[in-house]
Amino acid sequence: MKRLSASFLICFLFFQFTEITFAHKASDSYLRFNIEDKTIQGQWDIALRDLDFAIGLDGNDDGHVTWGELRTKHEAIEQYALTRLKFHQNTEACWSKPQQHLVDSHTDGAYAVLNFAVVCPDPISILKIEYNLLFDLDPLHRGLLQINDNGQVQTGVFSPKEPTRLLDLKKSSPWSELFQFGREGIWHILIGYDHILFLISLMLPAVLYRKNGRWHPHDTFSPAWWDVLKIVTAFTLAHSMTLSLAVLGFVSLPSRWVESAIAASVLVAALHNLYPVFRTRLWIMTFIFGLIHGLGFASVLIDLGLPGQSLALALAGFNIGVEIGQVVIVSILIPLAFLIRRSWSYQQIILNFGSIIIGLVAFMWLLERSMDMNVNMGTW
Amino acid sequence: MILLLASFLPYHLLHAEPYIPQDDAIILEKLPVSRDPQIKKLRELRIQLTETPNILSLAVRLARAYLQLGHTRADPRYDGYAQAALQPWWNIENPPIEVLLIRATLEQRGHNFNQALKDLASVLKIQPHHAQAWLTQAVIHQVQGNYQDSRRSCLPLLPLTNTLVSTTCIANVASLNGQAEESYQSLQDAVSKDISSPPQEKLWAVTLLAEMAARLGNDAEAEHYFQNALGINEKDTYLLGAYSDFLLDQGRPSVVQSLLNGTLKPDGLLLRLTLAEKQLKTATFEKHVTTLKDRFAENRLRGEARHLREEARFALYLLHQPKHALEIAQENWKIQREHWDARILLEAAIQNGDQAAAQPVINSLIYNDTEDSLLKKLAGQLS
Repeated sequence: MKRLSASFLICFLFFQFTEITFAHKASDSYLRFNIEDKTIQGQWDIALRDLDFAIGLDGNDDGHVTWGELRTKHEAIEQYALTRLKFHQNTEACWSKPQQHLVDSHTDGAYAVLNFAVVCPDPISILKIEYNLLFDLDPLHRGLLQINDNGQVQTGVFSPKEPTRLLDLKKSSPWSELFQFGREGIWHILIGYDHILFLISLMLPAVLYRKNGRWHPHDTFSPAWWDVLKIVTAFTLAHSMTLSLAVLGFVSLPSRWVESAIAASVLVAALHNLYPVFRTRLWIMTFIFGLIHGLGFASVLIDLGLPGQSLALALAGFNIGVEIGQVVIVSILIPLAFLIRRSWSYQQIILNFGSIIIGLVAFMWLLERSMDMNVNMGTW
Repeated sequence: MILLLASFLPYHLLHAEPYIPQDDAIILEKLPVSRDPQIKKLRELRIQLTETPNILSLAVRLARAYLQLGHTRADPRYDGYAQAALQPWWNIENPPIEVLLIRATLEQRGHNFNQALKDLASVLKIQPHHAQAWLTQAVIHQVQGNYQDSRRSCLPLLPLTNTLVSTTCIANVASLNGQAEESYQSLQDAVSKDISSPPQEKLWAVTLLAEMAARLGNDAEAEHYFQNALGINEKDTYLLGAYSDFLLDQGRPSVVQSLLNGTLKPDGLLLRLTLAEKQLKTATFEKHVTTLKDRFAENRLRGEARHLREEARFALYLLHQPKHALEIAQENWKIQREHWDARILLEAAIQNGDQAAAQPVINSLIYNDTEDSLLKKLAGQLS
């Protein structure tokens, strides 16, 4: 015990030098699925070295695997590999139908390529893939999965800890993508209190007009409606522009800055109701602040995780969703406001007091967001 | 994340063209020679173990043999085979000491340093005089830049191993931690007095001496010790890598080229060869850049980042992507903190003009009182 044996030490001295000592990579297989109109075509590249270790390929034991030796083993390879890759549609098992054997090379040597089709008793909607190749012989083996689902590419890794993966083929149509992001857009504007309060602040005075420093109710709906239309259009144009620019990566501002500016925009809009500056050109102010709100929408959309292939669809869907949410808010708010525009309470309580409350809330947000303070109101 | 992975992947990896060979006689793959007595022996052991998978001594023997083979053949597949041999004990609550040690080793190779340290601590709790565990622990702490802990793990080696091993362990840590000159001298002393140590131990000591000399800016002595080390084992991968780096810094790429012109090229050595070829404008340069790109990409696909240090160098000097290189170097710095980890982060930060990114390294150099002429120069360029 006084001294270590040399062979022991040799082994361990070099463990520190792991970075540079590998000429090969660890064992991987490459599993590709091509999904077109619900038919699943598989291609599986498995290293000849791994197959040799598992089932023996070198018939004459000369240290070389020839194409002739590999050919005689094709059936054994199908048997070995395909029983270790299982598919289930709900509870029913699907099966793999081997089609063709080829050869390919990766950076660490030659691979057997097995083409096969996946056949299920029912039309496929959700497919469960269970991968179990080589894990018993080499726990460091990984199955590198690539799925091309009607033009959308996904990748994944099978490991002993995560040997299964669910494939949802229902989600894959472009329309469902549009719909899914549309729903997110509606949801975001309806729960995004800062956007709602900004819109409300701008809408409240739309049913009134200002003359000699005082508010007067519009006589007919038409001027009110034109005001609303101008404001909503300006807001939509502005936030659509910045939303697209930010999502496509042309514009990027720190989120703290954006969030603070959004709070500031709500504050200014509320103050403007109390001390109006623009009489007719409110849409200009709306346009400018709308640019900032668009950046806020963008950060939500980016956080949702963007699909690479259908970025345009996701963007369009989300934007349409935001507009729908906006229309919902406006179409509830404006008729109500128009109905009660002549009452004393509309001007005094709703417009003035409401704007003060909105302004206070926005001020809290501004403090909280710009100084990272927790004023306990932003959790609304 | 998925998008990110896909974007790293070279086109031809995604769209390889499988084919059907024309002739049965075509050789597709050369296997690790099966007539090799060592491999034959392993095959027999493996068959034995398949029949009786629960005999610990047999499993440990096989696992150790695979680890050794994995090292000499530079092939990580053998690591997996070693783990498979120990499967019955791998995930149980209190594995036997032998299993813990091998597990720690494999975890370290996968850069799961903290997990490895946990297993080593378990070993030392059961056997406080386990030299191998102390030494491995010291090395991991040193790689992580925890020099106090590393030194504390070297000290118990004094009564357990010969003077050369314990002195090398202690001197190496101390040289990184404010005592470069003294530890260099004490290791020089130990090496010159040593007559009985096995060549591998001597190689370790002399290689580290060469690196210490290089850090101190003493190029002539560094060259001397590198030559000495090559005299002990001219094929050692770590030594070849370290010497190549030294030569590249000295502007001697043609020596690197002749040094590394072997057949078996681990990724790290291929990187150094390609760096030399870039300066020499060799015809194989482009081909080697592509090979490295593919190897890094395939490694990334596995979802495990094992070669970040090398990859950052590759991105900075061969792909000329300073921003990407800086990101990798920063990721790498979270895991390991040796000379090259600090250096590549500093160099990437300089090329990006990003002083803030380099600050953690600069702080660590100050905190640890690191005496490294090159790192100091680089840090100076940033402040």
